[in-house]
Amino acid sequence: MKKFNLGAMFALLMGVISTPALAQEAESLDAKVNAIFATITGPFVSLIFAPIPGTSFPWIVMWLVIAATIFTLYFGFVQFRFFKHSIELVKGDYADPNDAGEVSHFQALATALSGTVGLGNIAGVAVAVGIGGPGATFWMILAGLMGMASKFTECTLGVKYRNEYADGTVSGGPMYYISKGFAEKGLPGGKILAVLFAIFCILGALGGGNMFQANQAHAQISGILGDYPGWITGLIFAAVVFAVIVGGVKSIARVTEKVVPFMGILYVAAAVIILAVNYDNIGWAFGQIFEGAFTGLGIAGGFVGALIQGFKRAAFSNEAGVGSAAIAHSAVRTKEPITEGFVSLLEPFIDTVVICTMTALVITISGQLISDPATGNYMLNGNHIATVDGNTGVALTSAAFGSAVSWFPYVLAIAVILFAFSTMISWSYYGLKSWTYLFGEGKTAELVFKLIFCVFVVIGAAANLGPVIDFSDAAIFAMAVVNIIGLYFLMGIVKNEMTSYIERLKSGEIRKFKK
Amino acid sequence: MKLIIGLDGHGSGERALKFGQNLASVTGNCELLIVYVIEWSPFSFQTPEENAERHKRREEEIALAMERVVAPALESLKKAGMNARGMVRHGNVADTLNAVASDEKADQIIVGRASEGGIASRIFGSATANLVMHADVPVTVVA
Repeated sequence: MKKFNLGAMFALLMGVISTPALAQEAESLDAKVNAIFATITGPFVSLIFAPIPGTSFPWIVMWLVIAATIFTLYFGFVQFRFFKHSIELVKGDYADPNDAGEVSHFQALATALSGTVGLGNIAGVAVAVGIGGPGATFWMILAGLMGMASKFTECTLGVKYRNEYADGTVSGGPMYYISKGFAEKGLPGGKILAVLFAIFCILGALGGGNMFQANQAHAQISGILGDYPGWITGLIFAAVVFAVIVGGVKSIARVTEKVVPFMGILYVAAAVIILAVNYDNIGWAFGQIFEGAFTGLGIAGGFVGALIQGFKRAAFSNEAGVGSAAIAHSAVRTKEPITEGFVSLLEPFIDTVVICTMTALVITISGQLISDPATGNYMLNGNHIATVDGNTGVALTSAAFGSAVSWFPYVLAIAVILFAFSTMISWSYYGLKSWTYLFGEGKTAELVFKLIFCVFVVIGAAANLGPVIDFSDAAIFAMAVVNIIGLYFLMGIVKNEMTSYIERLKSGEIRKFKK
Repeated sequence: MKLIIGLDGHGSGERALKFGQNLASVTGNCELLIVYVIEWSPFSFQTPEENAERHKRREEEIALAMERVVAPALESLKKAGMNARGMVRHGNVADTLNAVASDEKADQIIVGRASEGGIASRIFGSATANLVMHADVPVTVVA
């Protein structure tokens, strides 16, 4: 019944907007939303992406890279030394059978992944490769590998300092570990940082976790159904999100949570098949990636341009250092917070090193990027690399997959819509936790946030990609500014946990339960 | 002798209980362990909100199973003068019953005939069939 109504409503709306006068009005509404949005968010975006004086390098990208490098060194390349142990933890080898029925390591990882795997991997990578060239992929992979250490640090702290309430529910995340951890170490300013983080997290939830998703979902749907105003997609999406987060219609969320992993596997499988068919080009594609990483192959900004794009999109995709995953991972029930850190370090690996690289390889191999046969450099169209059909963002990925498997864009469209939806649900939770941190737990406070969240779905679908993606990036990176300051002060605590855990692992005190 | 009786909250579980009780009264000096397993997999997918509430839900599930299934069974056994204990566990039914049997060094597991039907049990096998094939101790299936 509900489905039929939605369909009828959609058909009706499509009929209404096809009358020219109304269509124009709708177009101008989109344009208005867009202009207002760009004006409001402009200064914030400029501040976050301000270049380091004398260079064109945004300071925020440097901030993330330095942090990931410091954590990698400080924890002695934990992401490589404990990779195998992490997989054993996810498999449940160390799980106490008496804890059966609690959130498992696998579930915490899968939930966090469904919040990060999504448009960043499909659209974000296309943006990176479209502006930074295939070389951006190299920096993306590097950022992914280093980001594993940042994720390890924040998720360990997320579990260690979460709030456990009398009714058995939990709340965790950077706002909790920063305020509690700073207090424990006698450091001042913890509360202020925690509040700042919560504010940025709410903005990030509304930006990258919401508007960007709605925007790209609309781009996909209108690419298939033909152009129509974004606010219509926005309203439909908002209605479904509303049904889940306000109405508590669990069935929709449950279906999405089951379909999304399947879509993720399907996406990677499709990429692998396309690469297998073009196996003779894989070497060439990696050649382009390595050459482009250090020369830029004619892209705007040269190798620095490739590097900036790679690092930016990696951070946006895997969210390492941002602090969002610490909220998702903190629900796991474990006596050893460090084990959740080990598990979480697999996240940037799956998200960035595997899935993003697949997307980048498919785009590179598909020949969608136009290069000049004489020089081997890429042809530019503004600051973008010229593409066969002038596609950017998710449309470029879609065209790349479509050039190998003609019907795949339809599958991709469904995947994008589902990914967008599951990311929205995850981020609505992250935003909500920050909101309740600021305004207190309570039904009214929760409802206010959830309603605001739904309104932003509509705005996101109606606005242009440019301003939306800028604001999304800026808000998410602003979270990283605060979170990483916190991590620097608290990383000693993680180190102590790690040392003690490794000792007990070696002595056999911590042992496998599975025979 | 220690007997494990697996209950599933259905009629076949009742018959398993009856059978175990008879066996125990014939054998004498028997300990009966009532086990109810809540089907649960650590490899399912959940939303962040479900994760945050999981511990609370688990406690509720255990309390409910204790109250509705295990406690009434224990009561009837104790009335009959049996030495009996009860527990509720989460996990795969067959694996969990077998694991409890090993931990408790039980001599036998008694379960009811498969109560679930349909395509799923045809493809994956029923909990009872899996238990019979993989158990480390003798299993009695009560019709």
